[in-house]
This record gives sequence, C-alpha cells and structure tokens, in this order.
Amino acid sequence: MATAPAPDAAISVQRLTKRYGALVAVRDLSFSFCPGEIFALLGPNGAGKTTTVEILEGYRAADEGEVRVLGLDPIRQGRALKPRIGLMLQQGGVYPQIRPLEALRLFASFYADPHDPVALLDLVGLREAVHTTYRQLSGGQKQRLSLALALVGRPEVLFLDEPTAAMDPQARRATWDLILAQKRQGVTVLLTTHFMEEAERLADRVAIVDRGRLVALDTPDQLARQSAAREIRFSAAPGLDTAALADHLAAAAVLEPEPGRYVVEAEVSPTLLARLAAWLAERSVLLRDLHVERRSLEDVYLRLTGAKSEE
Amino acid sequence: MRTATPLAQMLLAQTSVEFRLLLRRGESILVTLVVPPALLVFFGAVVPLPSHAESGRPVDVLLPGVLALAVMSTAMVSLGISAAFERHYGVLKRLGGTPLPRSVLLAAKMLSVLAIEVLQVVLLLAIALLLGWRPAGEALLAGAALLLGTAAFGGIGLWMAGSWRAEAALAGANALYLLLLLLGGIFVPVSSLPGPLAAVASLLPSAALADVLRYALLPGAAAPNLFPALAVLVAWAILTPLLAALTFRWE
Repeated sequence: MATAPAPDAAISVQRLTKRYGALVAVRDLSFSFCPGEIFALLGPNGAGKTTTVEILEGYRAADEGEVRVLGLDPIRQGRALKPRIGLMLQQGGVYPQIRPLEALRLFASFYADPHDPVALLDLVGLREAVHTTYRQLSGGQKQRLSLALALVGRPEVLFLDEPTAAMDPQARRATWDLILAQKRQGVTVLLTTHFMEEAERLADRVAIVDRGRLVALDTPDQLARQSAAREIRFSAAPGLDTAALADHLAAAAVLEPEPGRYVVEAEVSPTLLARLAAWLAERSVLLRDLHVERRSLEDVYLRLTGAKSEE
Repeated sequence: MRTATPLAQMLLAQTSVEFRLLLRRGESILVTLVVPPALLVFFGAVVPLPSHAESGRPVDVLLPGVLALAVMSTAMVSLGISAAFERHYGVLKRLGGTPLPRSVLLAAKMLSVLAIEVLQVVLLLAIALLLGWRPAGEALLAGAALLLGTAAFGGIGLWMAGSWRAEAALAGANALYLLLLLLGGIFVPVSSLPGPLAAVASLLPSAALADVLRYALLPGAAAPNLFPALAVLVAWAILTPLLAALTFRWE
C-alpha cells in the first residue's frame, strides 16, 4: 500500500516507477521533504536522477506512483505550479543568439514579481558577459545564466539538475553560496549531483539512487556515520604480521594495500591507538603517518553503488 | 497565491525576442530579406525571363511570384529551421518549464514571422515601384493570400521543426525551398510547365499562393482562374498546421 503523501511536504514522491520500453529508469522510488530543505539526489549516470526530476517538473508522466510538488500534480496542475517553481536543465535550454540580459528580461516577463534582471546578472557574475551571446559563453557561464533564469521568478521550489557540472572550482563555490542563500530565504531545493562534496556541503538530506532504486536516504553526517567502521591508516616498515596485529587489536581487519602502508578497520578509541603503538614498540617498529579517518560520504556512495554494479 | 502575469505582457516580450533573434541570424536575413529582393531585381531588370518580357513590364509579372517566395522563405525556411534548432538546444523544453503557455509561444512565433513579412513586402514593393510597377488590383485579396500562405508554409516549417532532427530540418527546408522556387510556380507560371508536371505543380502550395497573388495583382493580364488556386491554398493552410500540431514533439 502506498502511504498518503505528507500534506505539508514541499515535494513528495510515492512509489514512483518510470519505464522507457524495457528499461526501468525509476523503480518504486519514495521520498519526501519539507519546505526550506535542500535535498540531494546522488547517484551514478543512468541512476534515474534526471528522470525523477523531470517527472517532478512536469516534463514526463509517471508510469506508476504519485508525485506532488507544493501539493500539486506537476502535469494536471502545471498551470498553477509553473509560476512557483524554477528549474535548471542539465544543459542547454537557451536561445543560441540571445544575450544574458535579454534572456533574463524575457524570463522575468513570465512572472508576477520577478527579481531585477540586472541585479541577478551581477549576482551570478555575468556582468562582464553582458554583450556576449549565449552560444559564445563558456560552459560555466552558461550554467550560471541557467541558474539565474531559474531564480528570476522568485521560486518557492528550485530544481537544479547537476548545477555545477561545467564550472571551475571558484565558480562552483560561488554557486554553492548562492544556493545556500536561497535556502536561507526559505526556498526548497532539489539538487542532483554526482559531486560528493556538493551533496555534503549543501544538502540537509541525501538520497543515494542506483539503477532507479533508492539505496540510502539520510543526512550526509548520518550516512557517513552509519557505515562508520572507522579506520586508521598508518605507515611503518613493510611486511608486518597483519593477522597478529588484527588479533591484538580485536580489529575487523588489518590490511597492507601497499608495502609499508596499513589500514586498520576498527572502532577507533584511545585504547586502540595505545595498543597499536605498544604492539609496534614491542617490535621496535617506528610508527609514521598515523591517520584516524572518518568515512566520507564518498566512501558510502562508492560502497552502495559500486557493490551493486558487480552483481 | 501569486497572481498570473498578463498573457499580453508575455506575448509582447516573447514576440519581441523572437523577432530580434530572427534578425540576428545571418542565414535568416539572407533567405528572407536578401534572396527575394535580389531575384526581383535580377529577373526584373538585369536578365528578364523570356516569358515575362512578352506581357509588358517584367516586374508586373514577377512581383506576385516573389511575394509568394518571400512568404515561403520566412514562414517555412526561417521559422522551420530556427524552431528545429530551438528544439534541438532544449529552448522549447526550457520555456515549457516557465508559466509561458505553449499557445502564447506559438502566437509569438507567428507574430514575429508576420512582422518580418511586413518588412519584406515593404522592401519588395519599394523595389517594384523603382522598376516601374504601379499599384493595381485587389490589395485585400492579396493580403488574405499572404496570410493563408503563411499558415500553409508555417505549418510545413513547424512540422519539420517538431518531428525531424535539426540537421534534417535544415537540409529539408532548404531543399524544398529550392525545389518549389524552380518547379512550384513561383517564377515560371504552372501553365508554362510541360503538361504532366503542370498538373502536379498546380497542387503545390507555392503555385496556389503565386496564382492567387497573380490573380489579385495582375488584373487584365493572362491571369489564372481564382477558385481552383484558392481552394488548393486554403486546403494547405488547414492541413499543414494540423499536421504540425499532431506530430510536434517539444523535446
């Protein structure tokens, strides 16, 4: 049984399935989130991220299940919904011969209370490209214009499909600040990305999808903690007896991926570190380069999506 | 809840952008504002076509055909190719994600086509005046023919734009333009084509449009019958927009 969508959710997806011929792009996907949240869909290419977003934007119809944006059906109630959302396609979407300010003024005319196009142009750092046609903008500049076009109507919900894919690191950081500023103004953001750092920096919650299926859903911190089995990395003389060390530490495993470099998989505690140091001292082995590592979202992601692709 | 933006405001903004962008594309200027006037000057003053030399001033005979060519170049070639590439680049898709209704987008495209056609007609009539043409005939019928032709050729252009790959639409629109220019009754009236070819050509939208324009603008000359040509033109003006509407894919 599908549960009823939460009435106050900004976006709710209930048991969504979408097929393209024999290919199941999205399989029984459910999630919902509140107004003011930044929610990230994270997954490899072909995971169904764009399909899901485009169903929420009203571009495609669901085969099964139900989606709501601000309580509205994106297709049947599209007229009412469109003035309240802003979106950024993965690429393109702008007339090749148009100039940034013309595009912003055009889009501004579609909305009742738009942002000032000139101020927005400055905000995304395109003032110097004001006379350049879209075709001649760099990849990063095109994306910044697309972002500005998504923002011009003061949307309540913002759909960003890989918003920083073609940007250099500096522009990426500026864009992150811009997205966080939108959140502070109460805008709800659905973001797709395959940059782990982007999801970690921006998202309140992350859904990891793989082959159309939800494989994990939580805050970035919680996701990283769940698979916590923290680990210690250290360097020492090559050829240590890793099995004996694992026994001594009661560790899940001790590995030597390269000669002289070791990985201890265990719950890290002060005692554990002391025992490691003592074990090495007994053997007159000098401990170099000790790192206690918390697993990053990236590790979680690779484990969840990588393991599956080996099936 | 926000109030909707007035449709008129959207239509004005969208039409103004569509119009400016058509004028910004070199190939569009070439086919709409350079080729028809150039052909009028060439065949009207430099090297008159033999068949035209017999019936008085060449420009009188040429003008209706060149006006038909102007409609074809704007409504079919320029509109078709630009819309095909807008679809290819996701412009139509992106606009679909805004409050701009599809119908307003389409209306803006047609209005910008009509605006270019006004420029063309003014330019062609000015050249014709210089070449000795004097206004005569039924302006109202000519205007109606231009509108019907715009619908018929706009339908063909949007049909290509909405269901063909962008490159195929580019090639197709240009090839059809050349074909209709030569065999479609534009410069050579269908009646002067060899028999079997004439029967086929008289059913083409270009021949129908050119013939109605000749009837309207060439009183007394060896004008074709109005009604068969008008019937063919009206049929095309209904059928091709319908075909475009039924087959158009926005992305």
